Amino acid sequence: MDKAGTTTSREKKPGSSLKKRLTNVFVDLYKVGSFTGRFFKEAFLPPFELKEFMRQCYEVGVRSFPLISLTGFIVGFIFTKQSRPSLTDFGATSWLPSLVSIAVLKALAPLVTALIAAGKVGSSIGAELGSMRVTEQIDAMEVSGTKPFKFLVCTRILATTITIPLLATYSALIALVGGFLNVAQNEGTSYSAFMQSAFEPITFTDITASLVKAIVFGFTIGLVGCYQGYNSNKGTEGVGKAANNAVVIAMFLVFIEEVLIVQIAGWFR
Amino acid sequence: MKHTAANIDHNNAVISIRGLEKSFGDYDVLRGIDLDLYQGENLVVLGRSGTGKSVLIKLISGLLRPDKGSIKVLGNDVLMLSTKELQELRIRIGFSFQNSALYDSMTVRKNLEFPLVRNRKGITRGEIDNAVETVLDAVGLSQTINQMPSELSGGQRKRIGIARTLILNPEIMLYDEPTAGLDPITCIEINDLINEVQQRYHTSSIIITHDLTCAKSTGDRIAMLLDGQFQRVGKFDEVFATDDERVKPFFDYNFIQ
Repeated sequence: MDKAGTTTSREKKPGSSLKKRLTNVFVDLYKVGSFTGRFFKEAFLPPFELKEFMRQCYEVGVRSFPLISLTGFIVGFIFTKQSRPSLTDFGATSWLPSLVSIAVLKALAPLVTALIAAGKVGSSIGAELGSMRVTEQIDAMEVSGTKPFKFLVCTRILATTITIPLLATYSALIALVGGFLNVAQNEGTSYSAFMQSAFEPITFTDITASLVKAIVFGFTIGLVGCYQGYNSNKGTEGVGKAANNAVVIAMFLVFIEEVLIVQIAGWFR
Repeated sequence: MKHTAANIDHNNAVISIRGLEKSFGDYDVLRGIDLDLYQGENLVVLGRSGTGKSVLIKLISGLLRPDKGSIKVLGNDVLMLSTKELQELRIRIGFSFQNSALYDSMTVRKNLEFPLVRNRKGITRGEIDNAVETVLDAVGLSQTINQMPSELSGGQRKRIGIARTLILNPEIMLYDEPTAGLDPITCIEINDLINEVQQRYHTSSIIITHDLTCAKSTGDRIAMLLDGQFQRVGKFDEVFATDDERVKPFFDYNFIQ
């Protein structure tokens, strides 16, 4: 305020910052909505970038295989090991196989796979597209009469949407193997007995819900990574920011979606 | 090689710009630009960094939208075109980027094939190979066909960037700082290449630069961009025959034989 008590132009009005932030949130939501709409508009119309789509499936799927195998096995093995003392107190160690399978198939496999993919694949997509944006490679595609959105974005989102459920399924099986090895080591349970008791409590709805979850997670990771990278700016700083945002936002959304899908699946049981 | 201005058709403007304005936030970059590029002409846009030279060619190619004004390219009003029409028009315009903008994940061959296979329906493998070899030969880099962009020097990257635009036989070439970051010998080679492209492919070109050697050896006409407007337009010697304190230092600090 100046001496006369009037508000100078440099001083911010109370609440103006909040208003600006809220406006930015809605503007961002609109942009994400448009980006998603554009994906559905372009992804399923010819010409299809089949070769690039296959390359992306390889990048997302095959290159994540070792990491998913390791984490899947450790999750199954450690979960079984940590659960044993509580069940031993009640003399219920025979429930271990079903406990492991319920935990792994219903929650851990899709969630852990999604979190790993968000870190590995999401950041890589964000950084790659961000770098292409700041080095004008996306503009170069645009001015040569091609469709960079279709080539770069649609192929990557489709690849993550299809590949991450496959990785989650694989991760669940590996986790069960981890669980079985621990149970076999301590209780001497046979493989067939373990699998029979592991799948007994699992229903079709559980498997469907898990698959739907993994598909949604895959779509989210691809979408967030592509959105952050494709709209990156401010040079190399922007590339780092795009990669970082791709991971943080995707992980946040994965947890929100986990809660929502579990609630919705509960209504069908 | 010295550029000759023999084939310029002054009755046929391939690019016609009127009253073009563009701002970024509070900063007015372009303030009412008028410009004609004639068939067969090499027009050099000179100016200091940040004066909106690159913005101008991004507006022409539809990468940016102006706040005001009109842009006609090959008879098409760029601002009125649908996405599909703009895409078709862009095939007729070659855009050579300042940093070449080669696709990092592709070999030179794949870089050159990329626009071709997506814009020429039903093209055969033989025709693709032939087109790739022709443009690589035109820029004198046939030996780099299987190399990755990261394995090329700055000058080679510029040449491959130009080859990638030539593969679609453009009618107009837009060069964004073609000699930026190159040594003087490579600069001369790039200037020669620009003139060769103009004569071999009969293109009309806008060359954005602040390199006066490039301007003098490639430009039929020079347009000096200052304070968001073209302050002086004409032949090289005409543009610099002035006491204007905003233009003179630009000439004085450049060494020209």
